[in-house]
Amino acid sequence: MATTTELPVTLNKDEILRYSRHLIMPEVGMEGQQKLKAARVLCIGTGGLGSPLALYLAAAGVGTLGLVDFDVVDYTNLQRQIIHSTADVGRKKLDSAADKLKGINPFLNLRTFDTKLSSANAMELFRDFDIIADGTDNFPTRYLVNDACVLSGKPNVYGSIFRFEGQASVFATEDGPCYRCLYPEPPPPGLVPSCAEGGVLGILPGLVGVMQATEVIKLILGIGEPLIGRLLLIDALGMQFRELKLRKNPDCPVCGTHPTVTKLIDYNEFCGIRGEEKSVSNGVPEIQVEELKRRLDKKEDLFVLDVREPHEYQICNIGGYLIPLNDLPKRVNELDSSREIVVHCKMGGRSAKAVAFLQQAGFTKVHNLAGGITAWSDRVDPKVPKY
Amino acid sequence: MSKIHIPTPLRQYVGKQASVEVPGATVGEAMTALVAQHPDLRKHLYTEEGKLRAFVNLYVNDEDIRYLHKEATALKEGDNISIVPSIAGGAV
Repeated sequence: MATTTELPVTLNKDEILRYSRHLIMPEVGMEGQQKLKAARVLCIGTGGLGSPLALYLAAAGVGTLGLVDFDVVDYTNLQRQIIHSTADVGRKKLDSAADKLKGINPFLNLRTFDTKLSSANAMELFRDFDIIADGTDNFPTRYLVNDACVLSGKPNVYGSIFRFEGQASVFATEDGPCYRCLYPEPPPPGLVPSCAEGGVLGILPGLVGVMQATEVIKLILGIGEPLIGRLLLIDALGMQFRELKLRKNPDCPVCGTHPTVTKLIDYNEFCGIRGEEKSVSNGVPEIQVEELKRRLDKKEDLFVLDVREPHEYQICNIGGYLIPLNDLPKRVNELDSSREIVVHCKMGGRSAKAVAFLQQAGFTKVHNLAGGITAWSDRVDPKVPKY
Repeated sequence: MSKIHIPTPLRQYVGKQASVEVPGATVGEAMTALVAQHPDLRKHLYTEEGKLRAFVNLYVNDEDIRYLHKEATALKEGDNISIVPSIAGGAV
């Protein structure tokens, strides 16, 4: 696994000292450490999963580490993306990550790609690497990484998280299943909330990212039992780890016996995502935060409905009447359909669903607050905390 | 009775329980019992036509029912059913 055609690498005196705790283990030894140095691993994303993954791979002596990211460090990233510091807010994640990784291991050959992974560049980017580690945060990129791994014959070390739940596996090895064998199709947009709306326990990407790093190291060294054909489920609340069998699906559209996907496709279309903003507004009548403020100041008869969860209401609110989105069907009788209603949530996604639901229920004077309470904080009242 | 493990994203629809005990001789019957007890779960697991959604996998113990007898897979007393939806989070 992960052999390169280059000349055998050697370790200098400093490297021998640095990796001494590896070198004295027979399972790694000088040969293993040389394999690590010769290995080329590409991390997609330097966020929650990518942070611990890249830090440990760099520390372990993986010779060439590639990072793909186009994002900038945000204040809300710091709760879990431990490669970035408070002083890095506003910097490119790649620059911030490069400083930390080079600080940990100056022998690292770091290659950074300031771009969004796409069908147009994935095959080219993957070409110079042996193993791909998927630390992305959305379905289109998950399917893209998987398909590009299958098509280029490179293992996909997979980790995914949501709230308190994690999944890890190794996909797209020569005889093993791929991500599409597990999930042939993505969920329709909007049905599964993103981490930005659903939240995630900060340590969870740490746990799962370190598992991905472990699997990468095992693949490079060719030791142990990698998570090939196995899906590890992590429940951080119960602190329970369960393992499910994964089979290679002979009818898999990309790695099956008669594949229908033989080159990279349009993954946004595959995942049902058309316009970036469309999924939010989607024909639902909207009102801007400035207009809401102006009309409230004029004491117009507007009913503000907040469809977030009670724990979010505790963080901040604009005095709206609280009915969480999931409770709306059974509490709709609390609303007066003759009044004009403005519905808001954190960013506008859940409230758009609430507006669509209320319209179906016969409400005609109902608007979605575009951008939610976050936009209110940005553009109307900065004293309202953002979260 | 079988035990159905509920993944954390769906626990809000089953009164925050980590697992639910249900009767049923097959996976299909057990799942029908589950959504009858917790109707809010239905749209997250099934399409409007009543088909299990393509991004939701069901396992009996550690086996994917797609490679057993799908929803007709027979259950023994004490079998564990797992609902495993796809999740995508990681970076943001």
